[in-house]
Amino acid sequence: MKQKKISGLNMIQASTRRWWPLFLGPVVAAFIIGFVWPFIQGIYLSFCQFKLIADAKPIGIGNYVRAFKDASFTHAFWYTTLYTVVSLVLINVLAFAVAYALTQNIKGSNLFRTVFFMPNLIGGIVLGHIWSMIFDGILSKFSTSIVMDSKYGFWGLVILMCWQQIGYMMIIYIAGLQAVPEDMIEAARIDGATKAQTLFKVTIPNVMPSITICMFLSLTNGFKLFDQNLALTAGQPILTQPGGTAIKTTEMLALNIFTTYNNSSANAHGTAQAKAVIFFILVAGLGLAQLAYTRKKEVQQ
Amino acid sequence: MKKVLALVLALVMALALVACGGNDSKTPADDGSKTPSTDNQTPSTPSNDSSAASGRVYWLNFKPESDEVLQNVGKLYTEKTGVPVKVVTAASGTYSQTLNAEMGKSEAPTIFVVGNQAGVRDWTDYALDLKGTAIEAELGFDAFTSCDMDGSSNWRFVGHMANLEYYYEQEGTPWTECPPTLTGKYMDNFKNLYDLCINNSLTAPTDLSVGGHDASEEFRSGKAAFQVQGSWEYDGMKEQVPNATMIPYYCGVAGEEKAGLNCGTENCWAINAKVSAEDQQATMDFMVWCVTDPEASRMLVDTFGVMPYKNAAESTNAFLADANEYSNNGCYVMNWATNFQPNVDEYRAALTSALNAYNADQSDANWEGVRTAFVDGWAAQYQVVNG
Repeated sequence: MKQKKISGLNMIQASTRRWWPLFLGPVVAAFIIGFVWPFIQGIYLSFCQFKLIADAKPIGIGNYVRAFKDASFTHAFWYTTLYTVVSLVLINVLAFAVAYALTQNIKGSNLFRTVFFMPNLIGGIVLGHIWSMIFDGILSKFSTSIVMDSKYGFWGLVILMCWQQIGYMMIIYIAGLQAVPEDMIEAARIDGATKAQTLFKVTIPNVMPSITICMFLSLTNGFKLFDQNLALTAGQPILTQPGGTAIKTTEMLALNIFTTYNNSSANAHGTAQAKAVIFFILVAGLGLAQLAYTRKKEVQQ
Repeated sequence: MKKVLALVLALVMALALVACGGNDSKTPADDGSKTPSTDNQTPSTPSNDSSAASGRVYWLNFKPESDEVLQNVGKLYTEKTGVPVKVVTAASGTYSQTLNAEMGKSEAPTIFVVGNQAGVRDWTDYALDLKGTAIEAELGFDAFTSCDMDGSSNWRFVGHMANLEYYYEQEGTPWTECPPTLTGKYMDNFKNLYDLCINNSLTAPTDLSVGGHDASEEFRSGKAAFQVQGSWEYDGMKEQVPNATMIPYYCGVAGEEKAGLNCGTENCWAINAKVSAEDQQATMDFMVWCVTDPEASRMLVDTFGVMPYKNAAESTNAFLADANEYSNNGCYVMNWATNFQPNVDEYRAALTSALNAYNADQSDANWEGVRTAFVDGWAAQYQVVNG
């Protein structure tokens, strides 16, 4: 009996050794075609002037100089940072609160979870247009609209993204909360800890892995936000400064790259490509730094 | 069971890859097997013998309202000559992205729309020089418009009405290049007409930024007497408003009693210089046929309003007749200097935003904002494009 099992295992190992290219090949090929190659090409193109990718000619670091000198890019960076910080805090606090409430054995909590999760299933462009109608419906009572004031555009986007993302983060937090060992909570209760003490000293340290992943997701989502930004305000209102430089006050980084790409300048595509590379380094750097920081706060069970 | 599932998944993925690769590799091989006719640059009328057909026509169009007619014209041509004609329409908002993507493909468009003068410069390397070709021989006189219909309506003001400022700023010598700066000398005249429009319309100026009003419907149903509109809209309103007529922009400029209508087009066609000579020839034959064949040119003229080709069908557009009457009476035609707007989408977006602020509160400070976007914005966008 034992003998047979081992030979069966050997057979599996042997066939794995023979057939691994079949299993690994498609994934590796897809990854190279869909990610690695475009990524390398993208970095190359950021040093080129091009109209079509086929006619790219290298021009050195001119694109990066143009990207850093562009006032609209700097504005978009700070605007994106502000938005990301605000939405990161709001989304995670609210999502955790909802998740905490829905793990307290309240009636119909499954229904609530489903309903809260559902906004996440609607695409960003659709959401942006729907919410712009909602906001305009309210703001038109006051003879204004979402494209009239960058404050409206900012908070409008925060509300939209909270509505969309809280349900998703909630699911992750619920999974984390359910994994907190019952006996730990019970031990805390027996030791006379209050509900607040239990939450902050026992529950939260134990759901740190969920917090790490949720913070990572909302940080990168915030920086990469594009569809909702485009559909809600598309950067309006635009402030033309004396001298004529136009600053799109509610334009975020991804949209700024998109607009740059579609300019009719000969350098537009290359400059946008350089911005995209800077953007990648920024998002990757911030994401990894945040991961390293919150990982340290995680506890071993 | 898991082994089977993993195998199925791997197979599905492998199949998907094969399918992707298959499409790509097939088409260039098809093209290569035919000998391109490089020496045949002389104008030739397309024969009705389908066996002689070679090359292909791929027309990337940006006017959704003309899509159906163009598809029919394409089908008609394929029936008559056997040359495959593919018409793809990308709506104005997505046109430049689609053009960028399509031009990079091996089966690139053979004819595409480059928009205005700025666009001609932008795509100059890709546009075939039509001097001495059959197309040039057919081009008889300068065009009355058949022009871009954006989804929204801001083009009426930031595109077309803005032209009165640009026009008078030319001081009688039409621009041939985009000027690096504007003086804004006639901004007050633009303001006169703009104020007249926004303050006497069905919608309060403060509600204009939201949009969503059907201006043409308001005009057709008799709710409004004036609309800022172009000849391309004639087909849409000739039934309900048979005696509608066009009047020039009167805005308080000296001598403007001699003003005629604004004329221009944003619909400049270009033949792709980078496709095979055979495809270029096929496309040129197709275009010559489009503007000379009585049946095809009738269809196109009825949808575009007019076509500036000698042998094209007569226009039935009453608005164009209005324009002709003005010039016959010795009025000056206001050419579309608006076509020179640098980095046009961004320039217009900034101007729209400034006008939004002005509509909400018609103060002098807000009009200064409009002037900044109009005049300084021009110079800044010129630098973006040429700097």
